[in-house]
Amino acid sequence: MIINHPILGPRDAQEFVYLGDASLINRPDGLTASPAEMHDYVYLRDNPAGLHRELWYHEQGDRSWLVVTRNTVTHEITKVEMARDVARSMGRSK
Amino acid sequence: MRYSGFRVIAEALTGHKGWKPVWRDPTPQPDYDYIIVGGGGHGLATAYYLAKEFKQARIAVLEKGYLGGGNVGRNTTIIRSNYLLDGNEPFYEFSLKLWEGLEQDFNYNAMVSQRGIMNLIHTDAQRDAFTRRGNGMILHGADAVLLSRDEVKAIYPFLNFDNARFPIKGALAQKRGGTVRHDAVAWGYARGADLRGVDLIQNCEVTGMRIENGKIRGVETSRGFIGAKKVGVAVAGSSSRVMSHAGMRLPMESHVLQAFVSEGLKPLIDGVMTFGAGHFYVSQSDKGGLVFGGDIDGYNSYAQRGNLPVIEDVAEGGMALMPMIGRARLLRTWGGIMDMSMDGSPIIDKTGVEGLYFNGGWCYGGFKATPASGWCFAHLLATDQPHKTATAYRFDRFAKGLMIDEKGQGATPNLH
Repeated sequence: MIINHPILGPRDAQEFVYLGDASLINRPDGLTASPAEMHDYVYLRDNPAGLHRELWYHEQGDRSWLVVTRNTVTHEITKVEMARDVARSMGRSK
Repeated sequence: MRYSGFRVIAEALTGHKGWKPVWRDPTPQPDYDYIIVGGGGHGLATAYYLAKEFKQARIAVLEKGYLGGGNVGRNTTIIRSNYLLDGNEPFYEFSLKLWEGLEQDFNYNAMVSQRGIMNLIHTDAQRDAFTRRGNGMILHGADAVLLSRDEVKAIYPFLNFDNARFPIKGALAQKRGGTVRHDAVAWGYARGADLRGVDLIQNCEVTGMRIENGKIRGVETSRGFIGAKKVGVAVAGSSSRVMSHAGMRLPMESHVLQAFVSEGLKPLIDGVMTFGAGHFYVSQSDKGGLVFGGDIDGYNSYAQRGNLPVIEDVAEGGMALMPMIGRARLLRTWGGIMDMSMDGSPIIDKTGVEGLYFNGGWCYGGFKATPASGWCFAHLLATDQPHKTATAYRFDRFAKGLMIDEKGQGATPNLH
């Protein structure tokens, strides 16, 4: 698979480390979240067949985190964003 | 119709005109007492034991494609019970004991071959860990033996014992482990279930679940609604998709695991060998092909095929262990979809919906578990109580901190 890095251009997926569903960005506040919320965040996944937004880390590159939209049935990648931008657009890191 | 040597001779003398289809192709009834979703190894074994051991009737197995067309036909056929933890080892040893009597039990040749399995040791620390695991196995009534470097060398003299990175220092062996003809397991269970009146319904995809007042009423399928008092889901690989019909999110991701077979070679490896440090394991089929594999590709997938980097990685592992494998040509590669659970262990449990039961999360160890998985799931369906060897395989173990973390790596969905 080739991941089209927003800054570096097309890169081989082997340069990246995979983390999983991009919803992991939405970590609840550990000081206020209920145990049930933390359980759901840590352990449960939607795990869809089809379009999946997921986190890839460019370990052998610029060490940026990306949000890659990929089809889990065909492996086709349709969108690549900087995870930083995605997180900020959701109001995190303020 | 029972199979026997006499039967084969009789048929040979009469032109093989007496063989019949091995199972019926029934039309679905409007309702059943039990519906098993998934006509793979685990689903068929569940139906078989439900009918045979738990004396239940009015059972149907619903299969989206054809019987045995999923992971039971896509694995590398290894059986073993070499686990460490209390939650796992009794279950897998129960499974291995069922394997040992399986062919007589369901009167079908599944080519169960206890040719032995060995896990290679490369360091002192690994020897300590494997010694501990072997002791754990023996304490649970399984067999285990620690082999020295010379003992391994006597069996497989061609291995690269002096590899600079992973020199071979010995092995943990389980002589009762081995291989089984995987398709025949599905066929044997299917035939055994069919003979006991189970309806095996193929080309019947579950597209929804009818749940009223927190109780299951039946399933919507591509062949219409089918009612049921109890529904058991055994569709590992697609568990999240099917259980989403009941509004459930599961503690697992679906990943692709690739497997490989070489061209047919003369007898070379008479057992199963795992080179965990190099992400490679291998056995040899009765046809002579080396059957081998390695790690999952490492990203969510439902594609049933993987990518080239893992093929390269597995080939490198093979070359490091037995350099002459470089002369063999690869015949086929394929992929299967695994439920990778968050602690590397399976789930056999009730759900929040009354009458809906779940069996999945087998990671890439589901094949060896087939008989015990079927037995324990049938036990749960018939009695509403977990089988004594499967009490740890609960949904709530993540919430309660009771994970069965065989690898000791914490909660990630990429464990064995």
